[in-house]
Amino acid sequence: MARAVSTRTRLGYTAAAWIVALLIAFPIVYALVTSFKTEQEAIAGFDLIPSFTLESYRAVQSQNDYFRPFMNSVILAVGSTLLGLLVGIPAAWAMAFSPTKRTKDVLMWMLSTKMMPAAAVLVPIYLMFIWFGLLDTHLGITVVLMLINLPIIVWMLYTYFREIPGEILEAARMDGASLWGEIWHVLTPMAIPGIASTMLLNIILAWNESFWTILLTTTNAAPLTAFIASFSSPQGLFWAKLSAASVMAIAPILIMGWFSQKQLVRGLTFGAVK
Amino acid sequence: MATRQTATIARFMRLPAILLLLVWMIVPLAMTLYFSFRYYNLLNPAAGGWAGLENYQYFLTDPAFWQAIRNTLAIVLGVLAITVAGGIGIALLIDQPIFGQGIVRILVISPFFVMPPVAALVWKNMILHPGYGVAADIAKFFGAQPVDWFASYPLFSIIVIVAWQWLPFATLILLTSLQSLDGEQKEAAEMDGAGIWSRFWHLTLPHMARAITIVILIQTIFLLGVYAEILVTTNGGPGYASTNLPFLIYRAARLSNDVGGAAAGGIVAVVLANIVAIFLMRAVGKNLD
Repeated sequence: MARAVSTRTRLGYTAAAWIVALLIAFPIVYALVTSFKTEQEAIAGFDLIPSFTLESYRAVQSQNDYFRPFMNSVILAVGSTLLGLLVGIPAAWAMAFSPTKRTKDVLMWMLSTKMMPAAAVLVPIYLMFIWFGLLDTHLGITVVLMLINLPIIVWMLYTYFREIPGEILEAARMDGASLWGEIWHVLTPMAIPGIASTMLLNIILAWNESFWTILLTTTNAAPLTAFIASFSSPQGLFWAKLSAASVMAIAPILIMGWFSQKQLVRGLTFGAVK
Repeated sequence: MATRQTATIARFMRLPAILLLLVWMIVPLAMTLYFSFRYYNLLNPAAGGWAGLENYQYFLTDPAFWQAIRNTLAIVLGVLAITVAGGIGIALLIDQPIFGQGIVRILVISPFFVMPPVAALVWKNMILHPGYGVAADIAKFFGAQPVDWFASYPLFSIIVIVAWQWLPFATLILLTSLQSLDGEQKEAAEMDGAGIWSRFWHLTLPHMARAITIVILIQTIFLLGVYAEILVTTNGGPGYASTNLPFLIYRAARLSNDVGGAAAGGIVAVVLANIVAIFLMRAVGKNLD
């Protein structure tokens, strides 16, 4: 496409785009800057040049036992994702390669379960957690996170699997490959990228889930969402420390997110926009 | 060419996911429905029995309920308006030939990956705080009186935070759709002498219609359930000024321990979500293959 654009127009667009982008990212950048300030600097008014102290990071890790919520976030996000893949891969596989007349309806129904408002089932889930002693346990939250993201896992995998050409399967069958041989040698290598993308997106969603993780945990299994939310009252952390805790809570996911832009679009639109 | 054997295996592969989701959907919903007709308070186990429609009557005639419905709709519509309009604008801008497009994209989508409690607390303490926030610094710079946003405009403040979180999502999806627009078509329209506005109205916007519909559908599902942003900023107040339906149910369940009332509220939320879902699915149905 050889559209002639004058350098001046291009610079104009560039300036406008950068201003908008920096404004949107400003709260994150400002939290990052504040995390390197002293507590006095943090409330001393607008200033983008901190004294670059790591004091807040040290304080958060030592005083507030930051390690546990961080590990809980890792356990819950990764655990629920692996569990979801364990159930989701076979289901998506069967729907993509042995579809029945009802496959489309089943997929639409799975999508509809995402529309059930979480608040509507808050009461029974909370009571069941009390009855079965699941409150504030890793097992309980992992299962809930897995269930709320399962429709997205199945949908996303389904759209990836459907792109694997069926002829390859038939050729393998002609050669006398067994079902498992077929899956292991022919399809797995082609399915890995889709599974990896699904995993990445799901970890991001589970990491940031902030309804069930806050309501169903207190300390033992509380992930970063609940940990940070507990600082909504003014006592507790000060702002530089709050910023440091926030930066550490979002950094891993932010970086993962940058690498998964394309998959994000596909996963969250249920394959409708690619 | 599925043999009978593979069909059987396929059934067993599908079964766990379908069963799990079926149980996840039906059991809690049935329990909510049951509790909504019962007297049930966690602090007062002695009071039990059938309540008939009393929980619903109590919930629906509570002035807080109608305020919560209004607030829920205000959050959904306010955030949708900001993110769709803003998303279209920013997507069009980024799609231009600009320097450093990759970095601009990364900056723009970043807020989406920030967990809601962090987003809300950063906005509450560092941006909108009447004493130390950047908004107050700007106001002071212009000699104006800093505004206590969460006290004076609680719902508006929450809409701003939630819109900030979802603007990247709308932008990213609309940008993806924009980039699939055929360059030749654009050039042809340009050759025909179509102006910028005419090209936008007759070519770009119709092309993005499907993506816009999907953005609205998906965001609505999530926006009906906004919770953490309210919890850490206004806690639903002052009064019920920033309480939406999920937050009202949370208040009934966890703060008043009124299981029956919260369940009745839950059923109302389901009905509301279904109305929206049917409405939207019909709109999307035309667009999906």
